[in-house]
Amino acid sequence: MPSAAARMRTLPVGSVGVRASGWWGMMCLIGTEAALFAYLLFSYYYFAVQFGRSFLPNELPSVRLSGPDTLILILSSVAVWWGERGIRQGSTVRLAIGLLLGSVLGAVFVGIQYLEWLDKPFVLSADSYSSLYFTITGFHMAHVAVGVLILVVLLAWSVLGYFDRVRHAAVSIGAIYWHFVDAVWLAIFFTFYVTPYLGW
Amino acid sequence: MAVTEYDRAPLVEESTTDSPLARKLEALWETEPGIVGFFTTVDHKKIGIRYIVTAFAFLVVGGLEALVMRIQLARPNMTLLTPEQYDQLFSMHGLTMIFLYALPILSGFSNYLFPLLLGSRDMAFPRLNAFSYWVYLASGIFIYASFAMGHGANDGWFNYVPYALKAYNPGPNMDFYALGMVFLGISTTVGSANFIVTAFRTRAPGMSINRLPIMTWGTLTVSFGNLFAVPSVSLAFFLLWMDRQLGTHFYDTTADGQPLLWQHLFWMFAHPWVYVIVLPAMGMVSDGLPTFCRRPLVGYTAVVLSTVATMVLGFGVWLHHMFATGLPFLALSFFSGSSFIITIPSAVAVFAWIATIWTGRPVITTAFLYFASFIAMFTIGGVSGVMTASVPADFQLTDTYFVVAHIHYVLIGINLFGVLGGLYFWFPKMTGRMLSERLGRWNFWITFIGFNLGFLPMHLTGLFGMPRRIYTYPPDLGWNTLNLVTTVGAFMLAFGILLLFVNIFHSLRHGRIAGPNPWDGPSLEWAVPSPPPPYNFAVIPVVASRHPLWEKRLGEGIGESSVARGLVLDHGKETIGTTVLDAQPDVILKMPEDSWSPFTVTLGMSVGFTGLILTYWTPYGWAAAAAGLVLTGLGVLVWLWPERKLGQVAEHAHA
Amino acid sequence: MERPGAFGLTVGLSIGLSAALGGCTTGDLPMNYLRTFGARGDPITALTWGLLVQSIVVVVLVSLAVILGIYLRRSRFEHPEGEREPLVRRSGGITFIGVGIALTLVALLGSTVWTVATLAAINDPPSDPPLTIAVRGQQWWWKVTYKGSPDQQFETANEIHIPVGEPVRLELTTGDVIHSFWVPSLGARMDLIPGQTNVTWMEANRPGIYRGQCAEYCGKQHAHMALRVVADPPDQFQKWRQNQLRPAAEPAAEIAAFGAERFLLRCGACHTVRGTPAGGGVGPDLTHLMSRGSIAADTLPNTPGHLAGWIADPQAIKPGNRMPKVDISGPELTGIRTYLETLR
Repeated sequence: MPSAAARMRTLPVGSVGVRASGWWGMMCLIGTEAALFAYLLFSYYYFAVQFGRSFLPNELPSVRLSGPDTLILILSSVAVWWGERGIRQGSTVRLAIGLLLGSVLGAVFVGIQYLEWLDKPFVLSADSYSSLYFTITGFHMAHVAVGVLILVVLLAWSVLGYFDRVRHAAVSIGAIYWHFVDAVWLAIFFTFYVTPYLGW
Repeated sequence: MAVTEYDRAPLVEESTTDSPLARKLEALWETEPGIVGFFTTVDHKKIGIRYIVTAFAFLVVGGLEALVMRIQLARPNMTLLTPEQYDQLFSMHGLTMIFLYALPILSGFSNYLFPLLLGSRDMAFPRLNAFSYWVYLASGIFIYASFAMGHGANDGWFNYVPYALKAYNPGPNMDFYALGMVFLGISTTVGSANFIVTAFRTRAPGMSINRLPIMTWGTLTVSFGNLFAVPSVSLAFFLLWMDRQLGTHFYDTTADGQPLLWQHLFWMFAHPWVYVIVLPAMGMVSDGLPTFCRRPLVGYTAVVLSTVATMVLGFGVWLHHMFATGLPFLALSFFSGSSFIITIPSAVAVFAWIATIWTGRPVITTAFLYFASFIAMFTIGGVSGVMTASVPADFQLTDTYFVVAHIHYVLIGINLFGVLGGLYFWFPKMTGRMLSERLGRWNFWITFIGFNLGFLPMHLTGLFGMPRRIYTYPPDLGWNTLNLVTTVGAFMLAFGILLLFVNIFHSLRHGRIAGPNPWDGPSLEWAVPSPPPPYNFAVIPVVASRHPLWEKRLGEGIGESSVARGLVLDHGKETIGTTVLDAQPDVILKMPEDSWSPFTVTLGMSVGFTGLILTYWTPYGWAAAAAGLVLTGLGVLVWLWPERKLGQVAEHAHA
Repeated sequence: MERPGAFGLTVGLSIGLSAALGGCTTGDLPMNYLRTFGARGDPITALTWGLLVQSIVVVVLVSLAVILGIYLRRSRFEHPEGEREPLVRRSGGITFIGVGIALTLVALLGSTVWTVATLAAINDPPSDPPLTIAVRGQQWWWKVTYKGSPDQQFETANEIHIPVGEPVRLELTTGDVIHSFWVPSLGARMDLIPGQTNVTWMEANRPGIYRGQCAEYCGKQHAHMALRVVADPPDQFQKWRQNQLRPAAEPAAEIAAFGAERFLLRCGACHTVRGTPAGGGVGPDLTHLMSRGSIAADTLPNTPGHLAGWIADPQAIKPGNRMPKVDISGPELTGIRTYLETLR
């Protein structure tokens, strides 16, 4: 067997974008979380089919708060996306601004959600609808809260100068999670605030 | 400041386990000895063995529970156990075997074998791997703490509501079970993610997706299954806990809840789970059996496709556990049909194994006996499953001992027999010593006869109408003799398993030295010493066929696999990352050092879950739960803090 | 030479088969469903037998294939060490899979058609059932209501009489947790689920007593939640029914009258005896207790001795059941038992 040393072609080293294991791990996490929310929404639709109109509260949910809130969440996604694009071009400042904006908008979303909770005429233990409403939106709110924490930590790391044009896998991974959490909200919004008006 | 590079062209060299390179790698990869190393190791081989040992411990506990029940059922109207004791025993027995033994044992083998089979140095996420083990252990202890306190689960492993609700089950029994299952689900989920990324991204160059060992396919497939199925049961149990402790109304009918929601959520998880706990074992047979038949598996592609098909179809049959709940005709017909169809991929595997025997030259060893008998056990478990898939027959069969017999042929026949064969097969790799063949034969025959003596007649007990989960029965229903036979068989089976442990302890000290490849196996794990060094492969091998160690003799492959000569990766802990389908080198992955984080995060989560269960007795439990949450969060932050060593931090940060 | 599988399998199968054949021909297996009596059960039983035979054939064939394959093809080398069996790559293996799958498909197609046909056959009773019986599961007994106009409706427990040869409609509900109504030898099976009424039917074509039992785990005394279905010839059924419609007779004897008084005091809060002030709805209606063959949900035969034993200490017989052990004096017990014996 020939034993002369040869070299393989040049390969990147360490965590690089979608080549990082962490990115693949996040894909798995997103898959399983998507399934979790799918089962939550399944429960909602299961009850809806079982009980029909009587399942819904007398006063159908309004988009007065949830509508603007949805826009805020979408904007936060855009901000994070813009920041991540920035670091890809080497701009730590743009990254920091994007993360800051994203986390603030995320926090505002949680705040408005909380207001909407206070606004509801029913409590968690009223009936199956109220249980589902608070559980599903609560699960989502918890995810937003975790997402905001992630954005804040990423912000801190970017301020500490941990990221540059090549090394920013953590940002990409955190950002994709944030976009996922926002996408889940759209499904929840559709379920709670749109389907009741589609005729039962 | 030591600067890691952004990119590098790795050397391709020849190396052995006693080269300077190997010594350097040894120093890099070795786990610190002693107590610190015990808590911090991320070595997949150590973790895999821990999984196996822990799962066997649960097997023993669950087995002892079964034996006590078998004494109670040996004769009619026995009063050894009170109803409550019996209820806790059968519930704990079921959940132990199904959740704490059946998958963890397979995860153990997969953990140990994945990097070795794939030509890699560790799992894709070594720390996550350690974490999934610690969480498994912690949740197992959590669930068993209830049993030790006399508050064990008492509503069977599938735990139907409303009996599991507070109105009928006021003790903390169900809270322990519910929270314990949510806890355990975290272990299963992160473990599954780890297997997926490992199998997709860290294979030796050249090991394209059509060259994966079948066992890897099995685990990969069920890991996908787990990602999508586990959330369902975690959610079901979490909602149960909320119904019990927070006053929600998911399952009780008093405020528009629906008890059948539990059954849907539970079986949407639990039916796929049945395949989750057999497919990797089937994979072990598909890899082990051919080695002893001295030929490659017949129909590799068909078997792989049928593995994946089984898992996919497994998500579409959950309703067949609910045939007697009053479903409409159309739903009954559809789910009956879909349950029948799932037989086809299973049949592919059976005939592939038979063909492998017929076109091979079987060398009879204990491992082979387990693998070969697995085929018959698989068939029995399969056909009884087909019977229960037929709705009208199921009206009679369901919830009788026929189903109990069926589930034991699945769990023992299709899981344990594969595992025991796998143990005889891979024990030499794990320990460097062979298990005794002489004791092995005794172990096999006693286990085999005991199992079939205990459980084959049990089908008849079911056909004679004995319902499951009854703590005693009257003497005049014709069940007496059958039950006595089952009890005798169960004890014989237990004795067989005892012999296995005798064999293990004997062989660990006195077994014959195995050498790297005692069975002349075809795959990469047999190319490294037994037991393998901490870094597995001194150089990352290059693979050119499905059977790297057989290819020359079989005339297989394009080009040539090479184990002795390959990629040198020695700038710290490193392994290769490859593309998903073709396994082309893609990136040099930096691997983490041993770490306290997996253990400390597990501790934080344990505090959290303990806090939640304490809320049953005191509101201060919420404070403990919050503390656990904070601890967990901080632990995760420390864990994920970017490191220069791992190539996660910009190089010129502080320059 | 080892023959894996052969010995254990042969032993197991022969035990199984001989016992099966033996069992189905003997009559002392009240819960056996390899033999049924009526239009609901018979198609199911035929299907079960068909699938069973198919299963046994498949298992035997596969086992034979494994054993024969090993026997014919086994290597000369017994041990892994020393000289090795050389690798081979004989072709033809795929044919096994092809033929195997073809056979499997045929069997599955047959099973599917038979299954759906059976399902359709038992979905509706052969004729419109004149009689509707509501069965309500309770932890751990069965409340049985014969539906009809108010003067034709009555309640009983744990023993269901039906006329032979007539399909009966069953309306199944539960008062607490999930139970499952199951009378194997009539092929009647359906879960009782909170919040819904499940409807099914049953029919017996031969007079006799058919045992049933709760088939979904429902708590501590799930083991002792049985019932009897008694199929009577039509005229006998009518007699039984007329008797059930009557209120309880006044106790004549002095001791029974004393017993009635104590019964009202001790038992009346939970049990009903129609025609008396005892009107509790927690436990079974006892108006015609003596017409039943068993007590405590078919746990004990209905004899004076068992009855007294049950009243004295129900918790010793069915630990955890809902009937408390009441501190009762000897004369009281005798009185109550004597009174109950008048409830014919």
